[in-house]
Amino acid sequence: MMRMLFILMLLHIGAASAGPVETYEFASPEQEQLYLKLSDTLRCLVCQNQSIAESNADLATDLRKEIYNMLQQGMDEDEIVAFMVERYGDFVLYKPPMKPMTWLLWFGPAIILIAGFVFVMRIVRKQDTDEEPALSEAEQQRLKELQSEARSTMHSSDREEQD
Amino acid sequence: MTAQIHSKTLLQRFTPLIIFVLLVIVLAIGLTLNPREVPSPLVGKPVPVFELPLLNTPGKLTHEDLKGSVTLLNVFASWCYACRQEHEAITQLSRNGFRVIGFNYKDQTEDAVAWLRQFGNPYQIIAQDLDGRVGIDWGVYGAPETFLIDSNGIIRHKTIGPLSDPEKMEALMDAYKALQEQSL
Repeated sequence: MMRMLFILMLLHIGAASAGPVETYEFASPEQEQLYLKLSDTLRCLVCQNQSIAESNADLATDLRKEIYNMLQQGMDEDEIVAFMVERYGDFVLYKPPMKPMTWLLWFGPAIILIAGFVFVMRIVRKQDTDEEPALSEAEQQRLKELQSEARSTMHSSDREEQD
Repeated sequence: MTAQIHSKTLLQRFTPLIIFVLLVIVLAIGLTLNPREVPSPLVGKPVPVFELPLLNTPGKLTHEDLKGSVTLLNVFASWCYACRQEHEAITQLSRNGFRVIGFNYKDQTEDAVAWLRQFGNPYQIIAQDLDGRVGIDWGVYGAPETFLIDSNGIIRHKTIGPLSDPEKMEALMDAYKALQEQSL
């Protein structure tokens, strides 16, 4: 019984990953390529992490049909993408368009990288200068005092008390 | 070394904390957003040109019929569970004098009729989009969805998901009334 269930589950996984298939006839191999490309680069709005090509959702089926029909009417890639964006917004594009609203999205990672680089450089430079720490006169004076103090205690060999 | 630590200003010391707090705020806002609510690019544009038959009645509904008065166009289907949830809210709107037009999306005629008979029909007219083709032009990607259309036939707002949420309902009613006052 368990084995049967397991096999059924496996079969189901296989069916899901294969994705939905409709048979459309295309006028040319180029058209078919464009169909596959478009349905693979447009996002399905129902199950948001799948493309229209991958999704089993009803809407995805409708949109595949729509893409097919538009290709039959001789519309090109840009026109079909524009059709989708007009209705569903930039969200349907896996690759968001470059515009002021998406600048942060496009350049954000580079900005963070540069900021991180600058930050690291500053720390490294600081450490370089730290090798010869410049002490103020008062500090120099204090250093000498401490040194001579240490020396005198060493000479008196009274280390027990010091500890 | 100590001299340098002391020379740091308060701001410098707290910079990492400030960056962390900002990041937490940004991510917290991101977490509370509902990814299902994709803003419609149709807001601010005229309703798409269309012509649909009416459900179980002779006649048709076109984009022209949506002009002249403020309208709520409610996308629903008998197969949609959330539509049943918001049915009460839609009924309230209709009773309170709001003009509510139904958009029966990808449904079977018998199922839709039976659904309305069971729960009641809150709609003035119901357009029937059997294959969902007109729904694509409206950018419909699920039901329920509700469009607020002004008297010039311009889409002013789109609510995604059931109106049973009192906040959404309130906002929609206020927007409707504001549009109505404008058109007077």
